[in-house]
Amino acid sequence: MVKTNVNIGSLKLKNPVMTASGTFGYGTEYSDFIDLSKLGGIIVKGTTLAPREGNPYPRMAETPSGMLNAVGLQNKGVDYFVENIYPQIKDLDTAVVVNVSGSTIEDYVAVAEKINALDKIPAIELNISCPNVKEGGMAFGTSPRSIEKVVKAVRQAYNKTLIVKLSPNVTDITEMARAAEAEGADSLSLINTLLGMAIDAERRRPILSTVTGGLSGACVKPVALRMVWQVSKAVKLPLIGLGGIMNATDAIEFLLAGATAIQIGTANFIDPQISVKVAEGIEEYLSRQGCHSVQEIIGGLVL
Amino acid sequence: MKKSLIDMSVTANLSVNNRSVLLKMTPADGSVLPECKPGQFVEMLVEGEPKAFLRRPISINYVDVEKNELWLLIQKVGAGTLKLAEVKEGDIINIIYPLGNGFTIPNNKEQKLLLVGGGVGVAPLLMLGTELKKAGHTPVFLLGARTKDDLLLLDKFKEISEVYVTTEDASEGEKGFVTQHSVLTKERFDFIYCCGPGPMMKAVAQYANKVATECEVSLENKMACGIGACLCCVEDTTNGNVCVCKEGPVFNIKRLKW
Repeated sequence: MVKTNVNIGSLKLKNPVMTASGTFGYGTEYSDFIDLSKLGGIIVKGTTLAPREGNPYPRMAETPSGMLNAVGLQNKGVDYFVENIYPQIKDLDTAVVVNVSGSTIEDYVAVAEKINALDKIPAIELNISCPNVKEGGMAFGTSPRSIEKVVKAVRQAYNKTLIVKLSPNVTDITEMARAAEAEGADSLSLINTLLGMAIDAERRRPILSTVTGGLSGACVKPVALRMVWQVSKAVKLPLIGLGGIMNATDAIEFLLAGATAIQIGTANFIDPQISVKVAEGIEEYLSRQGCHSVQEIIGGLVL
Repeated sequence: MKKSLIDMSVTANLSVNNRSVLLKMTPADGSVLPECKPGQFVEMLVEGEPKAFLRRPISINYVDVEKNELWLLIQKVGAGTLKLAEVKEGDIINIIYPLGNGFTIPNNKEQKLLLVGGGVGVAPLLMLGTELKKAGHTPVFLLGARTKDDLLLLDKFKEISEVYVTTEDASEGEKGFVTQHSVLTKERFDFIYCCGPGPMMKAVAQYANKVATECEVSLENKMACGIGACLCCVEDTTNGNVCVCKEGPVFNIKRLKW
């Protein structure tokens, strides 16, 4: 038997595979396809203080080996989540993590406080890296000063595992990682989407209503791997790697680069069973490599 | 209704015209097709084509219960559908289905029903017409296309019921758009179903509103997941942004801000 469990701060995962926020709904959308209890964790859709309608259609553009999205954090707000969604997902046999988004520090703190009161939510992922909202979002995640401020404020309001999701749209991601670590983050997840753009040449117009959007999918993996590798050298915190993971081999590459756990995002759209297939594939790899525990390959890149 | 991810074995790839094929397929594991409603769709995986990263949403054209075959009408419009149209008998295609909600089948058999289709949008109307007829209705088709050659599966529609046709070049039926067909001035319908290009559906919805007729349209907003998770395919409705894949693709026009 190979041990697949990992810890992210005090958050215990039965295996390193989580599903990325915004790609997996609240988990229930996928229950026709997989046994959710086979996942390490589920990170639910970005939740804000007030309900948000998101951006106008079109919100998506397919690109070579990837896609751009500009959903813009459409969600019904934290109170709706607490009253209507939490009761449906609190007893899932997997770690349910809420992605917390906001436009102001006060918003982030208010949402974090409300989620803190929910017994069955062991962690939040602080989204300071959404490229698709006009205010807040990525603006918080692209300067060490603002990261310090928002992480410090949320840390005071939230006493369970605090994961900070980093933006790749920065010159030096290790500076951002250090800022979050210094203010008490328990873990970092990286990367959020890369800011991109698509144009319809015939119509001479942008494809997305917002002109720019976040790039994800297989095409972003090399960038994500590089950033996980750099951050793993810069901080001591456990990392959650994501960005273009399409199969178990991709996931293992992130573990080797220094991630303790990984998230599957866009790949869920192409294969709704991929998260469980990746969990199984990691286990097979470990057996084949003669490992007794997944810990043996975390940061195990041979230079 | 439970959604499945399943490998389908292609039983036939029939050329319909130079831009379209009719794919017939059956579950590769020999299982029985689930109950599918007219208007529902499948998400087809495209393999070996980096330009088609996401699945392709395709309307269910027909379900042949006897042969346990699913029919999908594919128009070659981009890299993904071009690749899908190349499959051969015996090839495996992975699909997710049945997705979304179907058209309404009215209880009142006296109602006059008009099924309006444009281009490849005729696809779901074959199954809808068949099901309506099975339920005791007498559906009437109004199909439009650019030219005679673009009228897809016309013979199959004629087998079900009466078919009115418009073509933009007058190569078949009346000249013009579906909304200009004389049947609309001669007869009043109680329910109109419509699937086709956006501008056509909007024109039909406008007509339906004018004559105060119930009308359902099938939207084809660009989507990624097909199961209501990514929130990409939203339509701005009277209830705000809703996922076309999950709450549609069929909408009563009263819900739309057209």
